[in-house]
Amino acid sequence: DTSLAEVNSFSPSVPISPSSMINQYKFEDEPEVRDLFITVDDPESHITAIETFITYRVVTKTSRGEFDSSEYEVRRRYQDFLWLKSKLEEAHPTLIIPPLPEKFIMKGMVERFSDEFIETRRKALHKFLNRIADHPTLTFNEDFKIFLTAQAWELSSHKKRGPGLLSRMGQTVRAVASSVRGGVKNRPEMFTEMNGYMETFSQKINVLDKIAHRIYKEEKEYFNEMKEYGPIHTLWSASEEDIADSLKGVASCIDKCCKATEKRMAGLSENLLPILHEYVLYSEILMGVLKRRDQIQSELDSKVDALANKKAEKDLFSEEIGKLEDKVECANNALKADWDRWKQNMQCDMRSTFTNVAEKNLRYYEE
Amino acid sequence: MDDCLAKKMEITVSEAEKRTGRNAMNMQETYTAYLIETRAVEAQSEGQCAPVDSLWRRYSEFELLRNYLSVTYPHIVVPPLPEKRADFVWHKLSADNMDPDFVERRRIGLENFLLRVASHPVLCQDKIFYSFLTQEGGWKEMVNETGFQLKADSRLKALNATFRVKNPDKRFTELKHYSDELQSVISHLLRVRARVADRLYGVYKVHGNYGRVFSEWSAIEKEMGDGLQSAGHHMDVYAASIDDILEEEEHYADQLKEYLFYAEALRAVCRKHELMQYDLEMAAQDLTSKKQQCEELATGTVRTFSLKGMTSKLFGQETPEQREAKIKVLEEQIQEGEEQLKTKNLEGRDFVRSAWADIERFKEQKNHDLKEALISYAVMQISMCKKGIQVWTNAKECFSKM
Repeated sequence: DTSLAEVNSFSPSVPISPSSMINQYKFEDEPEVRDLFITVDDPESHITAIETFITYRVVTKTSRGEFDSSEYEVRRRYQDFLWLKSKLEEAHPTLIIPPLPEKFIMKGMVERFSDEFIETRRKALHKFLNRIADHPTLTFNEDFKIFLTAQAWELSSHKKRGPGLLSRMGQTVRAVASSVRGGVKNRPEMFTEMNGYMETFSQKINVLDKIAHRIYKEEKEYFNEMKEYGPIHTLWSASEEDIADSLKGVASCIDKCCKATEKRMAGLSENLLPILHEYVLYSEILMGVLKRRDQIQSELDSKVDALANKKAEKDLFSEEIGKLEDKVECANNALKADWDRWKQNMQCDMRSTFTNVAEKNLRYYEE
Repeated sequence: MDDCLAKKMEITVSEAEKRTGRNAMNMQETYTAYLIETRAVEAQSEGQCAPVDSLWRRYSEFELLRNYLSVTYPHIVVPPLPEKRADFVWHKLSADNMDPDFVERRRIGLENFLLRVASHPVLCQDKIFYSFLTQEGGWKEMVNETGFQLKADSRLKALNATFRVKNPDKRFTELKHYSDELQSVISHLLRVRARVADRLYGVYKVHGNYGRVFSEWSAIEKEMGDGLQSAGHHMDVYAASIDDILEEEEHYADQLKEYLFYAEALRAVCRKHELMQYDLEMAAQDLTSKKQQCEELATGTVRTFSLKGMTSKLFGQETPEQREAKIKVLEEQIQEGEEQLKTKNLEGRDFVRSAWADIERFKEQKNHDLKEALISYAVMQISMCKKGIQVWTNAKECFSKM
């Protein structure tokens, strides 16, 4: 049952505790009732002989039967999130796995463990887990459940059990090889369209990301100049008698403008910039998903070709081909459904974030 | 103020034209000439329009006029000319003297200068000023014939030279401080304002990029397309609006600049007072020492060391006749000196009185003008915000339809 989950625009800027989230949803008329609530908070730094790293507290509240308990609290580090993401990609190659915050941020020279960096990462990790929870298929993934519930030592031993590094590398090699082969012959029209769309979308979203950053930078410089501008009027008022009050008035107005500018900038950095960034990452993810679908399809196609050439072992091949055909069909359906869902979400996110920008600007000018 | 020229005559600087000609060294040069139009006010009766007189003047002739006025009326705060070269520019404006925007703003500044002079109770009655407005040919010669350059005190140009004045009028000292402060604060303000304008320009213009990208993005979207496209259009409008906004602000900057230059004029009056006072004190000192000399010669006592005294001791005393002659000369000089001192004192007091009257007039004008300028600046800011509200309300609507 892959019904579309309702679109929720939660704001992770304020860490909402799972309990408050439950209360929030109790009173809403929703066709679906959420039964899994996750928060990521409380970053803590750990120093060992070899390394220093940060762990985050992940709190889960749930009413699902598959969970032994209704509340869980675990600590996870970035590596664990990376593991989860790769497990999900493995299990569902043609589903759209939400983006993780990047390992490092080169731009802006943010120090690895600066408070700003940690907070940005925490918010992104919170969003990541919640998007998985919202996803009709991914939310029931076994590794996801283990991630949310296992103690640290349980998780490490579970991690070791999966397909080894070598086999994962093998997958990557095959994926690269198939992309090198260049395109797929029997790609359904729908997916060619998707490819074309994603190429343009990816371009545009990257440009938008740059534009938004540039605007932020210009606003910051404007703010810096304004900070100097106001006090000059106060200084001047000290030499005047008659017009001293007018000058002081102008100075205080300029200060108010400064404060309003700060608010506007905060609006950008809390809302628009992170969302644009996520969709930049999403565009990369989607290109990857499309490639994987192509790869699955080309496996089928090459087997079909082989069959056409070799008449022998027809039965064996037929079975394999049958399986592959199923695989391809599943992959395609999964992708299509997920694609529609992603587009809806994207539209909603874009709408709300740009509307938010507009509102912030309105507030700025009103003040 | 009823008989000031501005009431009797309409004065405008209506046009500016590029000219080429030959300068004093017979080299070709390009300059801008400005058309001054004047029209008598009284001659206008119902429906009848008085004839307009006009002549062309270039910036250097304005400078000559102003120099003449400054020297001839040292106790008056003479209105300043607009700047010779573009200063305090932010990146969009060019610093080129031939740039049409600069020429236009200068034209307005020159007109403002003429109106200021024409509404000044003292300056408007000057004949040279009147002929500047009405007599095209031979005006330069007329000015030079007044010999005003001879009256100009070269010491005034040496701005940094200090004269140890013992008893200046305290009000002038305070005023000089004020003019220094005013100059420094306004130039600081103008500098920062130019930087703020630059930054604001940047913020608005980058938003224009949204327009292009939204439009391109809308091409691949089905449901979001319309909203994106129209939002993009509003972003373009937003980005374009800054040009007009900043142009208006330039007028505000020009108003402040006028008072920046006025501060110099104010300072000049204070300096003149200082110099007069200095001359007075020097003359008084000179007189006192001459009187002393006279006394010494008469009584034969040497109270102060003098080379003459030493040489006379070494080489013998003077004859009584010589001494008598010297005393006579000194007494004449003393009399002259006392007359001069009396005149200087009178002049000094006259200067202080008339200068202070003009300064009071100037203070009122300054307070009035600056208050108005600040108000107009506030109005500009409000209008800018109103435009912003309009654009973003529209954009918000488009976004919410995405």
